[in-house]
Amino acid sequence: MSRISTDQVRHVAHLARLAMTEEETVAYTEQLDKMISFAELLNELDTDHVEPTSHVLDMKNVLREDKANKGLPQEEVLKNAPEHQDGYIKVPSIIE
Amino acid sequence: MVSLFDYKVSELHQLLHKKELTVTDLVSESYKRIGEVEDKVQAFLTIDEERAREAAKKMDEKIGTDEAKGLLFGMPIGVKDNIVTKGLRTTSASKILENFDPIYDATVASKLHNAETITIGKLNMDEFAMGSSNENSGFQVTRNPWNLERVPGGSSGGSAASVAAGEVLFSLGSDTGGSIRQPASYCGVVGLKPTYGRVSRFGLIAFASSLDQIGPITRTVEDNAYLLQAISGVDPMDSTSANVEVPSYAENLTGDVKGLRIAVPKEYLAEGVDEEVRKSVLDALKVLEKLGATWEEVSLPHSKYALATYYLLSSSEASANLARFDGVRYGYRTADPESLIDLYKKTRAEGFGDEVKRRIMLGTFALSSGYYDAYYKKAQKVRTLIKQDFENVFDKYDVIIGPTAPTPAFKIGENTSDPLTMYANDILTIPVNLAGVPGISVPCGFADGLPLGLQIIGKHFDESTVYRVAHAFEQATEFHKQKPGL
Repeated sequence: MSRISTDQVRHVAHLARLAMTEEETVAYTEQLDKMISFAELLNELDTDHVEPTSHVLDMKNVLREDKANKGLPQEEVLKNAPEHQDGYIKVPSIIE
Repeated sequence: MVSLFDYKVSELHQLLHKKELTVTDLVSESYKRIGEVEDKVQAFLTIDEERAREAAKKMDEKIGTDEAKGLLFGMPIGVKDNIVTKGLRTTSASKILENFDPIYDATVASKLHNAETITIGKLNMDEFAMGSSNENSGFQVTRNPWNLERVPGGSSGGSAASVAAGEVLFSLGSDTGGSIRQPASYCGVVGLKPTYGRVSRFGLIAFASSLDQIGPITRTVEDNAYLLQAISGVDPMDSTSANVEVPSYAENLTGDVKGLRIAVPKEYLAEGVDEEVRKSVLDALKVLEKLGATWEEVSLPHSKYALATYYLLSSSEASANLARFDGVRYGYRTADPESLIDLYKKTRAEGFGDEVKRRIMLGTFALSSGYYDAYYKKAQKVRTLIKQDFENVFDKYDVIIGPTAPTPAFKIGENTSDPLTMYANDILTIPVNLAGVPGISVPCGFADGLPLGLQIIGKHFDESTVYRVAHAFEQATEFHKQKPGL
Protein backbone atom coordinates (compact mmCIF):
# COMPACT_ATOMS: atom_id res chain seq x y z
CA MET A 1 0.00 0.00 0.00
CA SER A 2 1.23 3.44 -0.85
CA ARG A 3 1.85 5.63 2.19
CA ILE A 4 1.61 8.95 0.44
CA SER A 5 -0.40 10.08 -2.60
CA THR A 6 0.52 12.59 -5.32
CA ASP A 7 -2.18 14.90 -3.89
CA GLN A 8 -0.47 14.79 -0.50
CA VAL A 9 2.89 15.47 -2.11
CA ARG A 10 1.38 18.50 -3.87
CA HIS A 11 0.07 19.72 -0.51
CA VAL A 12 3.42 19.19 1.23
CA ALA A 13 5.25 20.98 -1.61
CA HIS A 14 2.89 23.92 -1.13
CA LEU A 15 3.57 23.96 2.64
CA ALA A 16 7.31 23.81 1.91
CA ARG A 17 6.98 26.61 -0.68
CA LEU A 18 8.51 24.53 -3.44
CA ALA A 19 7.28 24.83 -7.02
CA MET A 20 7.02 21.36 -8.52
CA THR A 21 6.33 20.01 -11.99
CA GLU A 22 3.98 17.05 -12.49
CA GLU A 23 6.97 14.88 -13.31
CA GLU A 24 8.73 15.87 -10.07
CA THR A 25 5.56 15.31 -8.08
CA VAL A 26 5.39 11.73 -9.30
CA ALA A 27 9.11 11.15 -8.61
CA TYR A 28 8.91 12.63 -5.10
CA THR A 29 5.82 10.57 -4.32
CA GLU A 30 7.74 7.41 -5.08
CA GLN A 31 10.84 8.48 -3.14
CA LEU A 32 8.95 9.79 -0.11
CA ASP A 33 6.89 6.63 -0.04
CA LYS A 34 10.10 4.60 0.23
CA MET A 35 11.51 6.82 2.93
CA ILE A 36 8.33 6.81 4.97
CA SER A 37 8.06 3.00 4.76
CA PHE A 38 11.66 2.82 5.94
CA ALA A 39 10.87 5.19 8.84
CA GLU A 40 8.00 2.97 9.92
CA LEU A 41 10.62 0.56 11.23
CA LEU A 42 10.34 2.67 14.38
CA ASN A 43 6.82 1.32 14.95
CA GLU A 44 8.38 -1.95 16.13
CA LEU A 45 9.26 -0.13 19.35
CA ASP A 46 6.82 0.50 22.17
CA THR A 47 7.48 4.11 23.16
CA ASP A 48 4.29 4.81 25.13
CA HIS A 49 6.21 5.53 28.32
CA VAL A 50 9.29 7.15 26.77
CA GLU A 51 9.89 10.88 27.00
CA PRO A 52 10.89 12.56 23.71
CA THR A 53 14.40 14.07 23.39
CA SER A 54 14.54 17.37 21.55
CA HIS A 55 17.92 18.39 22.90
CA VAL A 56 20.65 16.21 24.42
CA LEU A 57 22.01 18.54 27.07
CA ASP A 58 20.23 19.17 30.32
CA MET A 59 19.81 22.93 29.94
CA LYS A 60 16.85 25.25 29.71
CA ASN A 61 16.01 28.95 29.86
CA VAL A 62 19.42 30.33 29.07
CA LEU A 63 19.10 33.96 30.12
CA ARG A 64 21.28 36.99 29.61
CA GLU A 65 21.30 40.51 30.94
CA ASP A 66 18.63 42.66 29.27
CA LYS A 67 21.05 45.06 27.66
CA ALA A 68 20.78 46.61 24.20
CA ASN A 69 23.62 45.86 21.80
CA LYS A 70 24.36 47.73 18.63
CA GLY A 71 22.86 46.08 15.56
CA LEU A 72 24.34 45.81 12.09
CA PRO A 73 24.33 48.95 9.91
CA GLN A 74 21.41 49.12 7.45
CA GLU A 75 23.71 49.53 4.47
CA GLU A 76 25.51 46.30 5.32
CA VAL A 77 22.31 44.37 5.93
CA LEU A 78 20.93 45.41 2.53
CA LYS A 79 24.12 44.41 0.75
CA ASN A 80 22.93 40.87 0.03
CA ALA A 81 19.27 41.75 -0.70
CA PRO A 82 18.30 40.89 -4.30
CA GLU A 83 16.29 44.13 -4.63
CA HIS A 84 16.06 47.15 -2.35
CA GLN A 85 15.07 50.79 -2.51
CA ASP A 86 15.23 53.68 -0.01
CA GLY A 87 16.44 51.38 2.75
CA TYR A 88 13.65 48.83 2.22
CA ILE A 89 13.77 45.34 0.74
CA LYS A 90 11.53 45.11 -2.34
CA VAL A 91 9.12 42.23 -2.99
CA PRO A 92 6.22 41.83 -5.45
CA SER A 93 3.08 43.65 -4.31
CA ILE A 94 1.00 41.71 -1.81
CA ILE A 95 -2.23 43.75 -1.94
CA GLU A 96 -4.00 43.89 -5.32
CA MET B 1 56.82 14.20 -1.53
CA VAL B 2 58.04 16.31 1.39
CA SER B 3 55.74 19.08 2.53
CA LEU B 4 55.84 21.65 5.32
CA PHE B 5 52.49 20.22 6.35
CA ASP B 6 54.20 16.97 7.35
CA TYR B 7 55.14 18.91 10.47
CA LYS B 8 52.80 19.41 13.39
CA VAL B 9 51.76 22.82 14.74
CA SER B 10 54.21 22.47 17.64
CA GLU B 11 57.10 21.72 15.27
CA LEU B 12 56.17 24.52 12.86
CA HIS B 13 56.05 26.95 15.78
CA GLN B 14 59.58 25.94 16.77
CA LEU B 15 60.80 26.51 13.23
CA LEU B 16 59.12 29.92 13.14
CA HIS B 17 60.62 30.80 16.50
CA LYS B 18 64.10 29.81 15.34
CA LYS B 19 63.53 31.91 12.20
CA GLU B 20 64.11 28.89 10.00
CA LEU B 21 60.66 29.41 8.53
CA THR B 22 58.28 32.31 7.85
CA VAL B 23 54.50 32.45 7.83
CA THR B 24 54.82 33.52 4.20
CA ASP B 25 56.58 30.19 3.51
CA LEU B 26 53.62 28.34 5.03
CA VAL B 27 51.05 30.27 3.02
CA SER B 28 53.12 29.81 -0.13
CA GLU B 29 53.23 26.07 0.53
CA SER B 30 49.41 26.04 0.52
CA TYR B 31 49.00 27.96 -2.72
CA LYS B 32 51.82 26.10 -4.43
CA ARG B 33 50.17 22.78 -3.62
CA ILE B 34 46.77 24.11 -4.65
CA GLY B 35 48.37 25.06 -7.97
CA GLU B 36 49.69 21.52 -8.36
CA VAL B 37 46.70 19.39 -7.39
CA GLU B 38 43.52 21.45 -7.11
CA ASP B 39 42.39 20.80 -10.69
CA LYS B 40 42.33 17.10 -9.76
CA VAL B 41 41.03 17.28 -6.18
CA GLN B 42 38.62 20.24 -6.51
CA ALA B 43 38.33 20.80 -2.77
CA PHE B 44 37.93 24.59 -2.82
CA LEU B 45 34.92 26.73 -3.71
CA THR B 46 36.65 30.03 -2.99
CA ILE B 47 40.35 30.83 -2.72
CA ASP B 48 41.45 33.90 -0.79
CA GLU B 49 45.10 34.30 -1.75
CA GLU B 50 45.58 38.06 -1.66
CA ARG B 51 44.31 38.53 1.88
CA ALA B 52 46.09 35.42 3.11
CA ARG B 53 49.44 36.68 1.80
CA GLU B 54 48.85 40.08 3.33
CA ALA B 55 48.03 38.53 6.70
CA ALA B 56 51.15 36.37 6.48
CA LYS B 57 53.32 39.42 5.85
CA LYS B 58 51.90 41.16 8.92
CA MET B 59 52.48 38.10 11.05
CA ASP B 60 56.04 37.74 9.86
CA GLU B 61 56.71 41.20 11.22
CA LYS B 62 55.72 39.92 14.66
CA ILE B 63 58.24 37.09 14.64
CA GLY B 64 61.16 37.82 16.91
CA THR B 65 59.23 40.54 18.79
CA ASP B 66 57.61 40.32 22.23
CA GLU B 67 54.15 40.82 20.77
CA ALA B 68 51.68 38.17 21.95
CA LYS B 69 51.02 35.44 19.39
CA GLY B 70 47.89 33.36 18.97
CA LEU B 71 47.66 29.65 19.79
CA LEU B 72 47.79 28.74 16.08
CA PHE B 73 49.92 31.66 14.93
CA GLY B 74 50.52 31.56 11.18
CA MET B 75 48.91 28.17 10.50
CA PRO B 76 47.13 27.86 7.10
CA ILE B 77 43.55 26.62 7.45
CA GLY B 78 40.66 25.76 5.14
CA VAL B 79 37.10 26.41 6.29
CA LYS B 80 34.00 24.47 5.26
CA ASP B 81 31.71 26.65 3.22
CA ASN B 82 28.77 26.49 5.63
CA ILE B 83 30.69 28.58 8.18
CA VAL B 84 30.11 32.27 7.51
CA THR B 85 33.22 34.39 7.05
CA LYS B 86 32.89 38.17 6.90
CA GLY B 87 33.67 39.51 3.45
CA LEU B 88 34.52 36.05 2.12
CA ARG B 89 31.89 34.40 -0.11
CA THR B 90 30.02 31.64 1.74
CA THR B 91 27.70 29.40 -0.26
CA SER B 92 27.01 26.21 1.72
CA ALA B 93 27.63 24.71 -1.76
CA SER B 94 24.17 25.89 -2.83
CA LYS B 95 23.14 27.88 -5.88
CA ILE B 96 20.73 29.72 -3.60
CA LEU B 97 23.73 31.33 -1.84
CA GLU B 98 26.04 31.48 -4.87
CA ASN B 99 26.92 35.16 -4.39
CA PHE B 100 26.39 35.46 -0.64
CA ASP B 101 28.86 37.82 1.02
CA PRO B 102 28.53 37.46 4.82
CA ILE B 103 28.45 40.66 6.87
CA TYR B 104 29.62 39.00 10.09
CA ASP B 105 31.92 36.21 11.22
CA ALA B 106 30.80 32.92 12.73
CA THR B 107 32.05 32.62 16.32
CA VAL B 108 34.54 29.94 15.23
CA ALA B 109 35.83 32.30 12.52
CA SER B 110 36.40 35.04 15.14
CA LYS B 111 38.13 32.49 17.33
CA LEU B 112 40.39 31.51 14.43
CA HIS B 113 41.28 35.20 14.00
CA ASN B 114 42.17 35.35 17.70
CA ALA B 115 44.28 32.20 17.36
CA GLU B 116 45.92 33.82 14.30
CA THR B 117 45.36 31.10 11.73
CA ILE B 118 45.38 32.18 8.09
CA THR B 119 42.33 31.30 6.01
CA ILE B 120 43.42 29.89 2.66
CA GLY B 121 39.92 29.46 1.25
CA LYS B 122 36.45 27.93 1.61
CA LEU B 123 35.89 24.23 1.13
CA ASN B 124 33.41 22.23 -0.92
CA MET B 125 30.71 20.12 0.72
CA ASP B 126 27.37 18.54 -0.01
CA GLU B 127 24.77 21.27 -0.40
CA PHE B 128 23.71 22.45 3.08
CA ALA B 129 25.74 19.50 4.47
CA MET B 130 23.18 17.00 3.19
CA GLY B 131 25.09 14.06 1.80
CA SER B 132 27.91 11.58 2.31
CA SER B 133 29.96 12.01 -0.87
CA ASN B 134 30.12 15.67 -1.99
CA GLU B 135 28.15 14.61 -5.07
CA ASN B 136 25.33 16.84 -3.79
CA SER B 137 27.42 20.01 -4.06
CA GLY B 138 25.72 22.61 -6.23
CA PHE B 139 29.06 23.41 -7.88
CA GLN B 140 31.58 20.54 -8.18
CA VAL B 141 32.44 17.05 -7.02
CA THR B 142 35.55 16.87 -4.83
CA ARG B 143 37.72 13.81 -5.49
CA ASN B 144 39.40 11.51 -3.02
CA PRO B 145 43.16 12.26 -3.09
CA TRP B 146 43.90 8.53 -2.63
CA ASN B 147 41.95 7.62 -5.74
CA LEU B 148 40.44 10.28 -7.95
CA GLU B 149 37.59 8.00 -9.08
CA ARG B 150 36.39 7.73 -5.49
CA VAL B 151 34.37 10.15 -3.38
CA PRO B 152 36.12 11.96 -0.51
CA GLY B 153 33.08 11.30 1.69
CA GLY B 154 30.81 13.98 3.00
CA SER B 155 29.48 16.27 3.78
CA SER B 156 32.85 17.82 4.81
CA GLY B 157 34.52 16.23 1.76
CA GLY B 158 36.47 19.33 0.76
CA SER B 159 37.69 19.75 4.34
CA ALA B 160 39.06 16.19 4.50
CA ALA B 161 40.40 16.06 0.93
CA SER B 162 42.28 19.39 1.22
CA VAL B 163 44.09 18.17 4.35
CA ALA B 164 44.88 14.75 2.85
CA ALA B 165 46.16 16.41 -0.35
CA GLY B 166 48.43 18.76 1.62
CA GLU B 167 46.68 21.90 0.38
CA VAL B 168 46.23 23.19 3.93
CA LEU B 169 47.67 22.19 7.30
CA PHE B 170 44.21 21.59 8.72
CA SER B 171 40.56 22.52 8.28
CA LEU B 172 37.20 22.95 9.93
CA GLY B 173 34.23 20.77 9.04
CA SER B 174 30.78 20.25 10.50
CA ASP B 175 29.15 17.00 11.54
CA THR B 176 25.41 16.37 11.76
CA GLY B 177 25.36 12.60 11.18
CA GLY B 178 29.00 11.77 10.45
CA SER B 179 30.01 14.61 8.14
CA ILE B 180 33.44 15.10 9.76
CA ARG B 181 34.28 11.52 10.75
CA GLN B 182 33.22 9.69 7.56
CA PRO B 183 35.23 11.90 5.15
CA ALA B 184 38.18 11.82 7.60
CA SER B 185 37.98 8.03 7.43
CA TYR B 186 37.73 7.99 3.61
CA CYS B 187 40.66 10.42 3.21
CA GLY B 188 42.96 8.95 5.89
CA VAL B 189 43.00 11.97 8.23
CA VAL B 190 41.89 12.72 11.80
CA GLY B 191 38.40 14.20 12.30
CA LEU B 192 36.58 14.94 15.54
CA LYS B 193 32.93 15.71 16.19
CA PRO B 194 32.92 17.42 19.57
CA THR B 195 30.23 16.99 22.21
CA TYR B 196 27.05 18.82 21.25
CA GLY B 197 27.42 22.26 22.84
CA ARG B 198 31.23 22.24 23.02
CA VAL B 199 31.66 24.57 20.03
CA SER B 200 29.43 27.52 19.23
CA ARG B 201 27.15 27.09 16.21
CA PHE B 202 26.67 30.85 15.76
CA GLY B 203 27.35 31.50 12.09
CA LEU B 204 27.16 27.86 11.07
CA ILE B 205 24.48 27.74 8.36
CA ALA B 206 22.05 25.46 10.17
CA PHE B 207 21.05 22.03 8.85
CA ALA B 208 19.72 20.21 11.94
CA SER B 209 20.20 22.42 14.98
CA SER B 210 19.96 19.71 17.64
CA LEU B 211 22.67 17.62 15.92
CA ASP B 212 25.09 20.01 14.15
CA GLN B 213 28.59 20.54 15.57
CA ILE B 214 31.68 22.19 14.07
CA GLY B 215 34.95 20.27 14.50
CA PRO B 216 38.59 19.99 13.40
CA ILE B 217 40.11 17.87 10.60
CA THR B 218 43.89 17.41 10.83
CA ARG B 219 46.78 15.11 9.94
CA THR B 220 47.56 14.25 13.58
CA VAL B 221 45.66 13.86 16.84
CA GLU B 222 47.87 16.47 18.53
CA ASP B 223 47.00 19.13 15.96
CA ASN B 224 43.36 18.15 16.27
CA ALA B 225 43.53 18.84 20.00
CA TYR B 226 45.11 22.27 19.35
CA LEU B 227 42.50 23.25 16.81
CA LEU B 228 39.63 22.18 19.07
CA GLN B 229 41.24 24.18 21.88
CA ALA B 230 41.08 27.29 19.70
CA ILE B 231 37.37 26.98 18.81
CA SER B 232 35.81 25.55 22.01
CA GLY B 233 33.81 27.31 24.66
CA VAL B 234 30.51 28.85 25.65
CA ASP B 235 29.23 31.69 23.47
CA PRO B 236 26.52 34.21 24.38
CA MET B 237 25.46 34.17 20.70
CA ASP B 238 24.56 30.44 20.87
CA SER B 239 22.34 29.54 23.79
CA THR B 240 22.92 25.83 23.12
CA SER B 241 26.67 26.19 23.64
CA ALA B 242 27.50 24.71 27.02
CA ASN B 243 28.98 26.58 29.96
CA VAL B 244 31.41 23.79 30.75
CA GLU B 245 35.12 24.20 31.47
CA VAL B 246 37.39 23.64 28.48
CA PRO B 247 40.37 21.52 29.55
CA SER B 248 43.82 21.71 28.00
CA TYR B 249 43.43 18.91 25.46
CA ALA B 250 47.05 18.62 24.33
CA GLU B 251 48.28 18.23 27.92
CA ASN B 252 46.29 15.05 28.24
CA LEU B 253 48.04 13.29 25.33
CA THR B 254 50.11 11.13 27.64
CA GLY B 255 50.16 7.96 25.56
CA ASP B 256 48.94 6.11 28.63
CA VAL B 257 45.89 3.87 28.20
CA LYS B 258 46.65 1.37 30.97
CA GLY B 259 43.46 0.18 32.62
CA LEU B 260 41.27 1.84 29.98
CA ARG B 261 37.96 0.02 29.59
CA ILE B 262 36.83 -0.22 25.97
CA ALA B 263 33.36 -1.27 24.85
CA VAL B 264 32.92 -2.72 21.36
CA PRO B 265 29.27 -2.78 20.28
CA LYS B 266 28.46 -5.99 18.43
CA GLU B 267 26.10 -3.99 16.20
CA TYR B 268 29.12 -2.02 14.87
CA LEU B 269 30.84 -5.12 13.53
CA ALA B 270 27.73 -6.82 12.22
CA GLU B 271 26.49 -7.62 8.73
CA GLY B 272 27.02 -4.81 6.24
CA VAL B 273 30.48 -3.99 7.59
CA ASP B 274 33.24 -5.00 5.16
CA GLU B 275 35.50 -7.85 6.25
CA GLU B 276 38.62 -5.70 5.86
CA VAL B 277 37.05 -2.94 7.94
CA ARG B 278 36.16 -5.43 10.67
CA LYS B 279 39.68 -6.83 10.63
CA SER B 280 41.28 -3.38 10.89
CA VAL B 281 39.19 -2.65 13.99
CA LEU B 282 40.07 -5.96 15.63
CA ASP B 283 43.76 -5.29 14.87
CA ALA B 284 43.43 -1.84 16.41
CA LEU B 285 41.95 -3.37 19.55
CA LYS B 286 44.99 -5.66 19.76
CA VAL B 287 47.26 -2.61 19.61
CA LEU B 288 45.34 -0.96 22.44
CA GLU B 289 45.39 -4.21 24.44
CA LYS B 290 49.17 -4.30 24.14
CA LEU B 291 49.24 -0.79 25.56
CA GLY B 292 47.31 -1.99 28.63
CA ALA B 293 43.66 -1.39 27.75
CA THR B 294 40.97 -4.07 27.98
CA TRP B 295 37.94 -4.52 25.75
CA GLU B 296 34.63 -6.33 25.89
CA GLU B 297 31.77 -6.78 23.49
CA VAL B 298 28.63 -4.87 24.42
CA SER B 299 25.29 -4.10 22.80
CA LEU B 300 23.73 -0.81 21.75
CA PRO B 301 20.41 -2.52 21.07
CA HIS B 302 18.65 0.40 19.38
CA SER B 303 21.39 0.98 16.78
CA LYS B 304 19.26 -0.37 13.94
CA TYR B 305 16.68 2.37 14.55
CA ALA B 306 19.20 5.22 14.44
CA LEU B 307 19.12 5.78 10.68
CA ALA B 308 15.34 6.17 10.45
CA THR B 309 15.30 8.32 13.60
CA TYR B 310 18.02 10.53 12.18
CA TYR B 311 16.36 11.07 8.81
CA LEU B 312 13.06 12.03 10.39
CA LEU B 313 14.60 14.42 12.94
CA SER B 314 17.31 15.98 10.76
CA SER B 315 14.94 16.47 7.82
CA SER B 316 12.29 18.00 10.08
CA GLU B 317 14.78 20.44 11.56
CA ALA B 318 16.18 21.17 8.10
CA SER B 319 12.74 21.95 6.69
CA ALA B 320 12.35 24.62 9.37
CA ASN B 321 15.93 25.94 9.14
CA LEU B 322 15.88 26.23 5.36
CA ALA B 323 12.61 28.19 5.35
CA ARG B 324 14.77 31.33 5.60
CA PHE B 325 15.97 30.90 2.02
CA ASP B 326 13.06 32.62 0.34
CA GLY B 327 14.68 35.07 -2.08
CA VAL B 328 13.75 38.12 -0.02
CA ARG B 329 16.59 39.32 2.21
CA TYR B 330 19.62 37.61 0.64
CA GLY B 331 20.59 34.94 -1.84
CA TYR B 332 19.15 33.95 -5.19
CA ARG B 333 15.80 35.31 -6.36
CA THR B 334 13.80 34.00 -9.33
CA ALA B 335 13.27 36.36 -12.26
CA ASP B 336 9.81 37.92 -12.83
CA PRO B 337 7.68 36.28 -10.13
CA GLU B 338 3.90 36.69 -10.49
CA SER B 339 3.27 37.14 -6.77
CA LEU B 340 5.05 36.91 -3.44
CA ILE B 341 4.17 33.25 -2.98
CA ASP B 342 5.27 32.55 -6.55
CA LEU B 343 8.57 34.28 -5.70
CA TYR B 344 9.09 31.96 -2.71
CA LYS B 345 8.18 28.80 -4.59
CA LYS B 346 10.18 29.45 -7.75
CA THR B 347 13.20 30.82 -5.91
CA ARG B 348 13.39 27.69 -3.78
CA ALA B 349 12.65 25.28 -6.64
CA GLU B 350 15.39 26.87 -8.78
CA GLY B 351 17.88 27.48 -5.97
CA PHE B 352 17.88 24.16 -4.09
CA GLY B 353 19.31 20.89 -5.39
CA ASP B 354 17.47 17.59 -5.53
CA GLU B 355 18.61 16.08 -2.22
CA VAL B 356 17.89 19.28 -0.30
CA LYS B 357 14.36 19.39 -1.72
CA ARG B 358 13.84 15.72 -0.89
CA ARG B 359 14.75 16.32 2.75
CA ILE B 360 12.68 19.49 2.99
CA MET B 361 9.73 17.46 1.66
CA LEU B 362 10.27 14.60 4.12
CA GLY B 363 10.69 17.05 7.01
CA THR B 364 7.66 19.12 6.07
CA PHE B 365 5.60 15.94 5.84
CA ALA B 366 6.86 14.62 9.22
CA LEU B 367 5.97 17.93 10.89
CA SER B 368 2.62 18.42 9.16
CA SER B 369 -0.69 18.27 10.93
CA GLY B 370 -1.88 14.69 11.38
CA TYR B 371 1.59 13.15 10.97
CA TYR B 372 3.59 14.97 13.66
CA ASP B 373 2.97 12.42 16.42
CA ALA B 374 3.40 9.36 14.21
CA TYR B 375 6.72 10.43 12.71
CA TYR B 376 8.45 13.39 14.35
CA LYS B 377 7.49 12.75 17.97
CA LYS B 378 7.97 9.02 17.56
CA ALA B 379 11.53 9.66 16.34
CA GLN B 380 12.21 11.97 19.29
CA LYS B 381 11.16 9.16 21.63
CA VAL B 382 13.39 6.63 19.90
CA ARG B 383 16.20 9.18 20.20
CA THR B 384 15.78 8.91 23.98
CA LEU B 385 16.23 5.12 23.76
CA ILE B 386 19.36 5.50 21.63
CA LYS B 387 20.80 8.05 24.06
CA GLN B 388 20.09 5.67 26.96
CA ASP B 389 21.95 2.87 25.15
CA PHE B 390 25.09 5.02 25.28
CA GLU B 391 24.51 6.04 28.92
CA ASN B 392 24.21 2.39 29.94
CA VAL B 393 27.48 1.45 28.26
CA PHE B 394 29.31 4.50 29.61
CA ASP B 395 28.34 3.47 33.16
CA LYS B 396 30.92 0.72 32.87
CA TYR B 397 33.30 1.73 30.09
CA ASP B 398 35.51 4.72 29.25
CA VAL B 399 35.18 4.69 25.47
CA ILE B 400 33.28 2.89 22.72
CA ILE B 401 35.25 1.72 19.69
CA GLY B 402 34.15 0.58 16.25
CA PRO B 403 34.67 1.42 12.59
CA THR B 404 33.86 4.93 11.36
CA ALA B 405 32.24 3.70 8.16
CA PRO B 406 31.20 0.22 7.01
CA THR B 407 33.33 0.44 3.83
CA PRO B 408 36.23 2.43 2.38
CA ALA B 409 35.45 5.29 -0.04
CA PHE B 410 33.04 4.24 -2.78
CA LYS B 411 33.14 5.19 -6.46
CA ILE B 412 31.73 8.46 -7.71
CA GLY B 413 28.24 7.73 -9.04
CA GLU B 414 28.00 4.35 -7.31
CA ASN B 415 25.33 5.29 -4.76
CA THR B 416 23.48 8.15 -6.39
CA SER B 417 20.45 6.26 -7.71
CA ASP B 418 18.94 5.28 -4.35
CA PRO B 419 18.98 7.80 -1.47
CA LEU B 420 18.55 5.01 1.10
CA THR B 421 21.74 3.17 0.03
CA MET B 422 23.63 6.44 0.26
CA TYR B 423 22.25 7.07 3.76
CA ALA B 424 23.52 3.64 4.94
CA ASN B 425 27.12 4.93 4.85
CA ASP B 426 26.39 6.91 8.00
CA ILE B 427 24.95 4.05 10.02
CA LEU B 428 27.92 3.94 12.46
CA THR B 429 28.29 7.69 12.95
CA ILE B 430 24.66 8.82 13.24
CA PRO B 431 23.96 7.34 16.71
CA VAL B 432 26.78 9.51 18.11
CA ASN B 433 25.04 12.69 16.96
CA LEU B 434 21.69 11.51 18.29
CA ALA B 435 23.30 10.92 21.72
CA GLY B 436 25.30 14.18 21.49
CA VAL B 437 28.56 12.53 22.57
CA PRO B 438 32.01 13.21 21.03
CA GLY B 439 33.56 10.90 18.41
CA ILE B 440 36.81 10.86 16.47
CA SER B 441 38.00 9.02 13.38
CA VAL B 442 41.71 8.10 13.19
CA PRO B 443 43.46 6.21 10.37
CA CYS B 444 43.61 2.47 11.18
CA GLY B 445 44.44 0.67 7.94
CA PHE B 446 44.00 0.38 4.20
CA ALA B 447 41.88 -1.73 1.89
CA ASP B 448 42.93 -1.74 -1.79
CA GLY B 449 44.96 1.40 -1.20
CA LEU B 450 42.03 3.24 0.37
CA PRO B 451 42.23 4.47 3.98
CA LEU B 452 40.05 3.09 6.79
CA GLY B 453 39.08 4.87 9.99
CA LEU B 454 38.76 3.79 13.61
CA GLN B 455 35.97 5.52 15.51
CA ILE B 456 36.51 6.28 19.20
CA ILE B 457 33.46 7.58 21.05
CA GLY B 458 33.52 9.18 24.51
CA LYS B 459 31.26 10.48 27.25
CA HIS B 460 29.69 13.93 27.10
CA PHE B 461 32.43 16.60 27.29
CA ASP B 462 35.15 13.95 27.62
CA GLU B 463 37.04 14.79 24.42
CA SER B 464 40.21 14.51 26.54
CA THR B 465 39.88 10.74 26.92
CA VAL B 466 38.92 10.34 23.26
CA TYR B 467 42.06 12.24 22.25
CA ARG B 468 44.26 10.31 24.68
CA VAL B 469 43.16 6.96 23.23
CA ALA B 470 43.37 8.20 19.62
CA HIS B 471 46.85 9.61 20.24
CA ALA B 472 48.13 6.44 21.94
CA PHE B 473 46.85 4.38 18.99
CA GLU B 474 48.31 6.80 16.45
CA GLN B 475 51.74 6.79 18.10
CA ALA B 476 51.77 2.98 18.17
CA THR B 477 50.96 2.70 14.44
CA GLU B 478 52.24 4.08 11.13
CA PHE B 479 48.99 4.61 9.20
CA HIS B 480 48.90 8.38 9.71
CA LYS B 481 52.36 8.75 8.15
CA GLN B 482 51.19 7.52 4.76
CA LYS B 483 50.21 10.06 2.14
CA PRO B 484 48.29 9.78 -1.11
CA GLY B 485 50.46 9.57 -4.21
CA LEU B 486 48.87 12.50 -5.98
